[in-house]
Amino acid sequence: MSIEKVREILATHGRLTQPVDSLEDNSDLYMAGLTSLATVGLMLALEDEFDIEFPDSALSRKTFSSIEAIAETVEDLME
Amino acid sequence: MTTQSVTEAEFNHLLDRVHQIGEDVIAQHAEDVDGKARFPREGIEALKSLKLMSAYVPQQYGGMGLSLKQVSKVCEALGHYCGSTAMIYAMHKIQVGCLVHHCLDVDYFQSYVSKLVEDQRLIASATTEIGKGGDLLSSFCAVELDNGEFNLVKKAPVISYAEDADDLMLTARRHPEAAKSDQVGVLIARDQYTAEPISDWDTLGFRGTCSSGFEVNAHASEQQIMPVSFNDILSQTMHPYSHIVWASLWTGIAASAVAKARKFTKNAMRRNPNMPPISSIRLAEVETQLHSMRNNVLASIDEYTALLEQGDTDAFSNFGFTIRTNNLKINSSKHLIDIVGAAMMICGIASYRNNHELSLARHIRDAYGASLMVNNDRIMMHNSSLVVMHKER
Repeated sequence: MSIEKVREILATHGRLTQPVDSLEDNSDLYMAGLTSLATVGLMLALEDEFDIEFPDSALSRKTFSSIEAIAETVEDLME
Repeated sequence: MTTQSVTEAEFNHLLDRVHQIGEDVIAQHAEDVDGKARFPREGIEALKSLKLMSAYVPQQYGGMGLSLKQVSKVCEALGHYCGSTAMIYAMHKIQVGCLVHHCLDVDYFQSYVSKLVEDQRLIASATTEIGKGGDLLSSFCAVELDNGEFNLVKKAPVISYAEDADDLMLTARRHPEAAKSDQVGVLIARDQYTAEPISDWDTLGFRGTCSSGFEVNAHASEQQIMPVSFNDILSQTMHPYSHIVWASLWTGIAASAVAKARKFTKNAMRRNPNMPPISSIRLAEVETQLHSMRNNVLASIDEYTALLEQGDTDAFSNFGFTIRTNNLKINSSKHLIDIVGAAMMICGIASYRNNHELSLARHIRDAYGASLMVNNDRIMMHNSSLVVMHKER
């Protein structure tokens, strides 16, 4: 369920250079144009949407590297 | 990774020899190197004679097996005598660090490292590209593979000591269709490329690094492509390693300025033993800054070394670690300008002269380069996104 929501948020906040629909769940978002500035907006939107807070251990490039990786972290944090 | 290490006593002996070469060779040519903006070949040759080009190569591969902390001390020592020589040595060591951390599982690079140890080769690098504005995370140029060999053309705005290096590490996209951030590093030898100058290097400081721009035309074998994606090499080694070795050599430049200020203050006290000169208070103040500068380097070395030992490759891309690594660069380069400026206030007009033993002219010119080369504002911009997300725990 979070995959679809993550895709939606990514489409609004990711500022990617290609449409989110064209990406696989495991596509590399940095290669799709994700910047560090856009990551801030993306993280804030994810925190608001899922009512979570990313801990320091989850704050790395890897966490935001793919739709799948984001969804996994989000699900872990919601548990 | 390093199975054998160098004992404290052995290292201190080595460091004494580095200082000896610094006084006898490097310092002797520093003025000429700076004046003519020429490569400091005497100093680099002297460092090769101590086998320092392979200082970070583990002993099992024939190198000296120094730790990063020890390499940092060598860089600091060199900074005392000539900023350009120290900078060239530090930049070379960054390339060696990348090879040692990421490439030694591969036969080709193992035998390359043997050659590096044997011939004491000097490695230059071209990681920036015209039109990329200093962005290391992506490239326009691409490796074009054909039958086990590749061609690569890269327009690099800056390649330090390109004309005096034995090898060159270039970054490029993995293949012509690859995404701009899908990069690899390639290591090519001097006879595998031509480098046409496209800009010169007539700068305020770090003149001896000879960091002109070049169009590089390379033709080499497929096995010279580094086995790990460049962006991993960047986050796990090149980024932290460079800021550490740069900050180390800047500390050396700062310490040498403070040494001149101390000399001036001693003389002032000899002349008038009854009243402490104002310079002594300024000296005490500048010592506190130098103390912070040195401790910042040590803190970064400890954190980075712990990550290396821990072996968790994801930990290097943690935003907190990235911010702190960037802070080291920003703080150290600012400290350098402040410390050299304060030392000039202490030494007065003598330090302002070009031809006085207390001259700090080269120091202050080099000092500004530390902030401007890999511009602090660009780093601050990057940090400005990360700090919003960062949490203390």
